[in-house]
Amino acid sequence: MIEIVGLEKKFKKKSVLKGVDLKLEPGKSYAILGPNGSGKSTLIKSILGLVNPTSGNVYVDGESVKNNPNTRIDIGYMPQIAKFPANLTVRELFSLIEKLRGKKAEPDYYMKAFRMEEYLDYKLGQLSGGTVQKVSAVAALMFNPSYVILDEPTVGLDPVSRMFMKKEIKTLKKQQKTILFTSHLLTDIEDLANEVIFLLEGVVYFKGTPYELSVKTQTENLEEAIAQLFLKEGINE
Amino acid sequence: MNNFWRVFKITFTDVIRSKWNIGFLLFFLGLAFALLHFSDNLSKALISILNVVLFIVPLMGAIMGSMYFYNSIDFIDLLLAQPLKRSSVFLGQSMGLSLGIALSYLLGIGIPFLSFGLMESADIFNFFSLLVSGVFLAVIFTAFSYMIAIFNPDKVKGIGIALLSWLVLSVVYDGLFLIYLMVFSEYPVEKHAIVIALLNPIDLARIMTMLKLDIAALLGYTGAVFKSFFGSCLGLMLSTLAMLFWAVFPFVFISRKGNKRDF
Repeated sequence: MIEIVGLEKKFKKKSVLKGVDLKLEPGKSYAILGPNGSGKSTLIKSILGLVNPTSGNVYVDGESVKNNPNTRIDIGYMPQIAKFPANLTVRELFSLIEKLRGKKAEPDYYMKAFRMEEYLDYKLGQLSGGTVQKVSAVAALMFNPSYVILDEPTVGLDPVSRMFMKKEIKTLKKQQKTILFTSHLLTDIEDLANEVIFLLEGVVYFKGTPYELSVKTQTENLEEAIAQLFLKEGINE
Repeated sequence: MNNFWRVFKITFTDVIRSKWNIGFLLFFLGLAFALLHFSDNLSKALISILNVVLFIVPLMGAIMGSMYFYNSIDFIDLLLAQPLKRSSVFLGQSMGLSLGIALSYLLGIGIPFLSFGLMESADIFNFFSLLVSGVFLAVIFTAFSYMIAIFNPDKVKGIGIALLSWLVLSVVYDGLFLIYLMVFSEYPVEKHAIVIALLNPIDLARIMTMLKLDIAALLGYTGAVFKSFFGSCLGLMLSTLAMLFWAVFPFVFISRKGNKRDF
């Protein structure tokens, strides 16, 4: 389980996270939503140890992530913008990540599913944006991690790959993995999220199921519910 | 192999395959072959190439060090999301990058001189001095510029400061040094001059190589002072220590800042 306790983060004088408390349980997928600057990326990066919290802490399976690289051993991360060293091949990248993790990777299944076996010996700088995004997805999933963090996982993917990605997230949920993702695509949230976490100005403004969100906002579908959340606070995005 | 070496190896591989670095290698290959072809002897070619080395190698280091960091910031994110220490990521990357550039310089200068009979020449030690100075400059400026980048999240500002540092150390510093010597010419400023030279790695590299080439007379009276100091055992030790300090301190700061910086 991932537990976030009283997490605060200030960049100079600006508070980006103001005491976030969350519990992310196995077998569930969570969609993080919020306007620009609400703290979504900072929250994800705090879980990964990329951002040092001002106060509070994040625990992965009971262990603090502060100066503790071992907490990341079972986390797969797919960033929103995937950019890899242009002169390395896909194979070299996967081999590096496999060695860094010290865990046997199984990229073949994902390479086949994303229809990109032929790209294994291509240099990363030669690949299109969408293919790089698929490489990033394979790198995140090929270790069969217990926790999967995906930043806009379906953006830039072709329809077939997008379908596979969504199917895979559902399979991972069934395998009791914890999935945390951000998305601006409401269909993705509707299809994949067990719970929606709406961040606003660094605090958790809403956490619950899409149904609970509809009840709270007195709307009939997720699109309207999320629009209500944005509009109630006068957010135009 | 530990994670530091893995990051080092992958960065080194990426750098030696990069078009910029291959261009850098070809530039020195072309220049050295041309100079050797048109010079009567190796000494003359060495002197000619010295000034290019002192100007171009630090510039290449300053550009590559900061550019590489900013261009790989998303990859750094991915590396930091793996179960490895931050110091392994930053030290592995900065050292892999520095040595990748240093290798291009080594080959770019080394191959032409070797093919023009360096091993049979009396200039082998002078050449070795130029080679070592250039390698030091490549490592120092690449690491220094990477360090500047890690301290500055703003890409334009980081690259600007890196280039400004190169400009100050390669051009402005000497100008100020000369003004200082002229203004205080009636005072015994030689010792100060030695200290000032120790503070700039480009000046250090220049002096060390020029002394080996026995052309210190070109520097006038100050050259004589330099020769007596840097030619001595103490001087050689101090100048080597100063170079080593310049080569090590950026990596210390890279590791420290890397542990604290948010990504």
